[in-house]
Amino acid sequence: MSQVKTKLMQGNEACAAGALAAGVCFFAGYPITPSTEIAEQMALHLPRVGGKFIQMEDEIGAMAAVIGASIAGAKALTATSGPGFSLKQENLGYAALTEIPCVVVDVQRLGPSTGNPTAPSQGDVMQARWGTHGDHPIVAFSPSSVKEAFELTVKAVNVSEKYRTPVVLLLDEIVGHMRENVSLPDKVEVVERMKPANRENYLPYKLDQEVTPLIPFGEGEYYHITGLFHDESGFPNLVPELVTKKMDRLMAKINNHKDDLIITDEYALEDAEVVVFTYGASSRSARRAVKEARAQGLRVGMLRTATIWPFPEEKVKAVAEQAKAIVVPEMNMGQLIYEVERVAKGEADVVGVNRYNGEIITPEEILQKVKGLMNGATN
Amino acid sequence: MLQINVENLRMQKLPHIWCPGCGNGIALSALTRAIDKLGYDHDEVAIVSGIGCSSRSPGYLNFNTLHTTHGRAIAFATGLKIFKPKMKVFIVTGDGDCTAIGGNHFIHAARRNIDLNVILFNNNIYGMTGGQASPMTPFGRTATTAPYGTVERNFDIMELAKAAGATFCGRATAAHPRLIESLIVKAAQNKGFSVVEAMLPCPIGFGRRNKLGGPVEMMKYLEENSVRVQKAQKMSEEELKGKFVIGEFYNKPAPEYIEEYDKIIAKLKK
Repeated sequence: MSQVKTKLMQGNEACAAGALAAGVCFFAGYPITPSTEIAEQMALHLPRVGGKFIQMEDEIGAMAAVIGASIAGAKALTATSGPGFSLKQENLGYAALTEIPCVVVDVQRLGPSTGNPTAPSQGDVMQARWGTHGDHPIVAFSPSSVKEAFELTVKAVNVSEKYRTPVVLLLDEIVGHMRENVSLPDKVEVVERMKPANRENYLPYKLDQEVTPLIPFGEGEYYHITGLFHDESGFPNLVPELVTKKMDRLMAKINNHKDDLIITDEYALEDAEVVVFTYGASSRSARRAVKEARAQGLRVGMLRTATIWPFPEEKVKAVAEQAKAIVVPEMNMGQLIYEVERVAKGEADVVGVNRYNGEIITPEEILQKVKGLMNGATN
Repeated sequence: MLQINVENLRMQKLPHIWCPGCGNGIALSALTRAIDKLGYDHDEVAIVSGIGCSSRSPGYLNFNTLHTTHGRAIAFATGLKIFKPKMKVFIVTGDGDCTAIGGNHFIHAARRNIDLNVILFNNNIYGMTGGQASPMTPFGRTATTAPYGTVERNFDIMELAKAAGATFCGRATAAHPRLIESLIVKAAQNKGFSVVEAMLPCPIGFGRRNKLGGPVEMMKYLEENSVRVQKAQKMSEEELKGKFVIGEFYNKPAPEYIEEYDKIIAKLKK
């Protein structure tokens, strides 16, 4: 990857730049703080590259339009925040069941309800997983820097196309609005939508294939798409055995590819007795806290995940076996910590550091918790 | 006898799920005849629907067919049409789907004057869920959720569409299948947002509860109480009470959304 000149930019701007680099050519959205800059950037740049932008009447319509455009062959993306993310859920489930590629960016703000639109939060990680009704596969990434907002947007678009699945990108108000100097590559690896090798007897939902190529509407094969359970041809079919097969395949197409989907990084983990497990903007404070702890001679390390869903179970399991305690800082009342506890299975103490009032978690708060654990305290 | 081209149907998906006496098939066959008349290639036609009885139509139609979520058909179709303007898009939607849960998408698509064709199957009731009142259940009529008669006034969808910015609006009933067909042809020929309302009998979900008789009586009722729009213009409000005005209500071109957006793209290219 060649690098272009360094530029001062916002996380939301980097997200839009990533979308364009990945080939997104359709955006439908609705203004909402703190995500609006993404829509503004797309409105500015998409028509310049022959793409289409539309401001819809609401978030439900925006999600629907994105799926409609994707069915017509577009790489499509929408961006929103808390209340809008709630409205997207209905059609997010439709995209999951009908296997239509699309990306939903949620720049998390403090909730519930209108909450505090300008304050950061990590309160939507469980909504990203379970927000729409029924079991369904989902992939969610969460960047912790401006550069990573760019990279993970590219990754999100690629993953959505490769696996025919909706992908959620969880920014937070800090990453979205923060400005950093970044060097963005002028070219990125782009995954194009799979084309069927053989068009004869085209079936959009083959059961013996994890992912069937999706032929866009208007390109020679006319078939049916429905949010009802369906057979291989796409027509409604509610036979329980078929529903089981469909659901199993839906989950398998994500769960069988965790290696491709899970991105983590480690810092000072080798001999760590206490490990900070972190994601999103909180990991910036966590890194500082771990650095400080090491400077004080404490055996503390950090595991950061950029992939929220599927959850990095193997990595967390290894940490739980190695360390005596895992600290989970989150700007919520404790959400992803449930996953850590589930995976740790009591092998290590799991303790949260939580802020849920719109303030960020400081390195001192994390360090204090870490030190307490080193001294044997568990809360 | 009106003929239907079987190439437009997915014969293997028949029989349909609709009740005996349902009017949906009349509007559906009018739609297929209109598509034939328009001479569209199958592959460039997309039929998009929401949820409800009428929204099951696309499954029987041999085109690109998209059965979406409740009320959202127009929004899905908006994305589809914007990204691929060559597609001829027909939205099949019911009165509940289009004017209640989907009302916001409806008025905004009309305001944009985006080149979509809404075929509104109006049976005055939520049929799929078993006969609940919709925004187009006439005032005073009963439904399972309005057991003492609805005290809500019903929409006049022609007036709503026109006020919101639609550039073609027309209404017909199941007793006027040729009119439904010709209105759909004109709707498709209009470069902009078009609405065709087809008033259809629902003997099971609406007629029985309201003592409107069986399918035959309901068809007669529709026929006898319909007044052509030209004639209606000469009638007083009193004379029009209880009547359905049918025909072409409005047909006036205006700038179309996609064409206007494409002008910007072309300008930026220079």
